[in-house]
Amino acid sequence: MMESLLKLDKCTIRFGGLTAVSNFDLDVGNRDLVGLIGPNGAGKTTIFNIITGVYEPTEGTLSLNGECLNGLRPYAITAKGIARTFQNIRLFPSLTVFDNVRVAFNLHLQHGPIHALTRGRKFIEEEHAIEERTIELLRIFNLDSQCDMMCKNLPYGDQRRLEIVRALATKPKLLLLDEPAAGMNPTEKANLMKLIEFIQEKFDISVLLVEHDMRVVMGICKQIYVLDHGVTIAMGLPEEIRKHPKVIEAYLGEEPVHNG
Amino acid sequence: MSRARLILIISLVVFFFGSVFGDSFKSSVFAYNYDILMTIGVNIILAVSLNLVNGYTGQFSLGHAGFMAVGAYASATWSNNLDPILVNALGGPANLIAVNLAFFISMLVGGVLAAVTGLLVGIPSFRLKGDYLAIVTLGFGEIIRTAILNTDFLGASRGLSVAGAYTNIFWTFGLTAICVYVVLSLVHSTYGRGFLTVRDDEVAAEAMGINTTKYKVIAFVVASFFAGIAGALYAHFKQFVTPEGFNFFRSVDIVVMVILGGMGSTVGVVLAAVSLTILPEILRALSHADLLPPAYNGLLENRLILYSLLLIVLMLTRPQGLLGELNTRRQRLNRRHGGL
Repeated sequence: MMESLLKLDKCTIRFGGLTAVSNFDLDVGNRDLVGLIGPNGAGKTTIFNIITGVYEPTEGTLSLNGECLNGLRPYAITAKGIARTFQNIRLFPSLTVFDNVRVAFNLHLQHGPIHALTRGRKFIEEEHAIEERTIELLRIFNLDSQCDMMCKNLPYGDQRRLEIVRALATKPKLLLLDEPAAGMNPTEKANLMKLIEFIQEKFDISVLLVEHDMRVVMGICKQIYVLDHGVTIAMGLPEEIRKHPKVIEAYLGEEPVHNG
Repeated sequence: MSRARLILIISLVVFFFGSVFGDSFKSSVFAYNYDILMTIGVNIILAVSLNLVNGYTGQFSLGHAGFMAVGAYASATWSNNLDPILVNALGGPANLIAVNLAFFISMLVGGVLAAVTGLLVGIPSFRLKGDYLAIVTLGFGEIIRTAILNTDFLGASRGLSVAGAYTNIFWTFGLTAICVYVVLSLVHSTYGRGFLTVRDDEVAAEAMGINTTKYKVIAFVVASFFAGIAGALYAHFKQFVTPEGFNFFRSVDIVVMVILGGMGSTVGVVLAAVSLTILPEILRALSHADLLPPAYNGLLENRLILYSLLLIVLMLTRPQGLLGELNTRRQRLNRRHGGL
């Protein structure tokens, strides 16, 4: 059994009378690549919002490395080591590509507003270090040549990659990707799959992937959770999921009954 | 030494000598121009500091005059009651250092009290967004004004006379330079880029580990501090303050400067503050200059209508403000440890 990094224990969330997710268990190990799939409205994004602190679970606990994260604000959860991207890209439109990544270093900053005013040697050294690390990160993802562009002028695929770079700049232990393949063509999807595997190995982190596209999830995930109507209907290895009758039912509808 | 600090120190020295030579104009035929000059300085401080909240951080505060009032009345009351003692203790009223040190302390009192008020107003109101925040800050400004109006020892509606005419070119423009320096160096740093992310997308900012509430409160407190300083300068220049001088329209004036200059562009906002202070005076001069045939004189005499019309035209032609859109070149310059 792999050591567990992120653990959701019997998480339930209700909005008024509606139970969006009930008794959800999730276990993401160190250096793991886990997929979360399910049809529209299954509760995938709700679970994402629980993990990132947007919602607090009504019941159950959320923990990272055994430390309970219930009730923490989103920025505090990011500080603990969970970074995310968004389903509909949310970059900072008035900042350049460079600055979009640079702000994500904010979390581990040694200086504060006072140092920004005094501009001492330490401040300048740290700013230089951050500048170098930002360029380095952008170079890994081949975005360094667009560094001074406004991020809204980047092509769609690059915007998605930039969002991932920005999330990585917070030095996460766990990276959450919310439908990264949305709106991509098959070639782009294939590249994305390579990219996710590359990130997982290069940065030595765990990845939790919420995705619609079965091929992407089946292709790279080691462990898959299938959600429908807020309940886990199946979990296991990709091959097991592929054959699981409940999964087929949820995605394709019930198997017709043949009366000879 | 960083470039920004160098520029700040040079400008302080320049304003010091400017003060030595220029302050004699205060009681000469140029007293009117001197008055405009001081008003420009005070307005720049107000607009640049408000720009940190309304421009860079993307919140909408409509109560800046309220903080100015807190600063003006606090520093005026302090000077009126404690300056005789303080100045004598420091070396007597003939000693310039003693007088200016006393003024500095008095301004600090005004600024700090305004900042504390800003903190008290800011913490509960930053749960609100957009229009709601505007209404809360507007309400706060009115509360301050009404409170002063009903406080007898602050002069109530009679207004308050201020004993010391301490404001001079050095203090006004020295503090303007410091205010511009503070806002620019806050924004041009990795820490300060956080203000912009709060404006752009709060949800994404939180997901990047940025404590948005903290940023909003810092912006608000810094802005209130400088509004208080501007109030103190104003009080010790005009030597008379009334609650009506800090009404809702004063706040709107400052917001107009920020919007006209371009939200989030300090240079633009400085330009707007200067031109919006001078423009009405130019229109006033024009109306006395007999430029038009007598039949059309009424046109220039209604200078406030012309002024409003100019604002409308400007907003129609440049909705992003004078220097609204940060261009790529500027951003590239900003890259080297914030370009400062």
